[in-house]
Amino acid sequence: MTDNNITEEATMSTSLYERIGGEAAVNAAVELFYRKVLNDYRINRFFGKSDMDKQIAKQKAFFTMAFGGPNNYTGQDMRNAHEHLVKMGLDDSHFDAVMEHLGATLVELNVPADLIAEAAAIAESTRKDVLGK
Amino acid sequence: MAILTIEDKTYICQADETVLDALLRENVNIPYACKKGTCHSCIVQSPSTLPPEAAQAGLKNTQKKQRYFLACQCHPEQDMAIKLPDQSEFYTDGTVVANKMLNRNTLLLIIAFKDAFEFNAGQFVNLQRPDGLTRSYSIANTPQESNTLEFHIRRLPGGKFSEWLHDELKVGDIISVSEARGHCFYLPERSGQGLLLIGTGTGLAPLAGILTDALAQGHSGPIYLFHGSREVEDLYRIDEMRQLTQQHQNFHYIPCISGKHVPEGFNRGRVNDVALALLTDLKGWRVFLCGHPDMVNQMKIQTFLKGAASTDIYADAFLATPV
Repeated sequence: MTDNNITEEATMSTSLYERIGGEAAVNAAVELFYRKVLNDYRINRFFGKSDMDKQIAKQKAFFTMAFGGPNNYTGQDMRNAHEHLVKMGLDDSHFDAVMEHLGATLVELNVPADLIAEAAAIAESTRKDVLGK
Repeated sequence: MAILTIEDKTYICQADETVLDALLRENVNIPYACKKGTCHSCIVQSPSTLPPEAAQAGLKNTQKKQRYFLACQCHPEQDMAIKLPDQSEFYTDGTVVANKMLNRNTLLLIIAFKDAFEFNAGQFVNLQRPDGLTRSYSIANTPQESNTLEFHIRRLPGGKFSEWLHDELKVGDIISVSEARGHCFYLPERSGQGLLLIGTGTGLAPLAGILTDALAQGHSGPIYLFHGSREVEDLYRIDEMRQLTQQHQNFHYIPCISGKHVPEGFNRGRVNDVALALLTDLKGWRVFLCGHPDMVNQMKIQTFLKGAASTDIYADAFLATPV
């Protein structure tokens, strides 16, 4: 193995997504997170109850993004996707509730605190776009 | 390097490319999004060759068995023939060998084929009328029973297809049948796991197939079947199910009536309410839901909240027969 390869692997393994555990971590997190969200009367009306499989796919995309994993979302996509929810009254209090469940989910999965902080910061960075501000 | 075949065209997949990379480079129209195995947008099928293990990570076990895989996660280990999701279906002609009523509005239709028909109990097919009109119906039997498919067809008022099946199709007639599809079926694994089957009306059809299959494969965990309708006259196979509970200690049959008149031996209420009241912890259970779309959607969430893993909850994408 050349030095170049070692450096490359080291760089790759430092991505938050890989350190947290990649796809397996996303799957485990979504199971816990979605149960919390559906049980939360403050926000469950924003998580459409019609098609659970689609909702779970969306949550997977959310966690992949929060873990700094690959995603093709732009700020505009975030705005467009949440526009109808903003019309339904989505505001900072609801965003806070989601952040709360995100943190609690990762604590439950024994993710180290520094990694949770990194994931929370990434999720937090979408606040303005999600709320259409 | 591997050769990818789609219908009658071939493409080269280079050593460092995934199947998705190669198809996109060749301008093949294939849906995709995350390219990381998470979103499952680029799911395709390789009916004749086993896909690499890494390309099936995260799929439902029933999808794995049918050799579905994620194009973005697939570095081919050999040449592959690939089926895209929208590729046209292959139809086989079958002959109607039985049509009789199971209750006042449900027809039992049995279609026989010359050769073995490949399917898993619980899957569905499209039936096609000579004029091209097509509807999806669940298969109610298991592949072990000769070369036949069994269907339970409810007559829908004004339903063009169901009325044709009920009123015009006769024993001896020929009908076109598509390949079997759907991920809602039993796999003989974790045989001590609890199985929860909930169906309304002809939603019993796929569940009856799944039940027969699970029992035949020696499933040892508890199996609960809840079958519901408004009136007792719309249930069917009641005696057969009760007989099965005599033969299999782990099988429980709970017929439910949501209407006013509830005869002795039947449970009062909607299947979903009755089931959730009886089974309060579904952690580790496998769940199969068939029937009314509202019931199915609601129960997906309710069983998930009661602890069933989302990958253990099966319901078919098609839920009701359109008129």
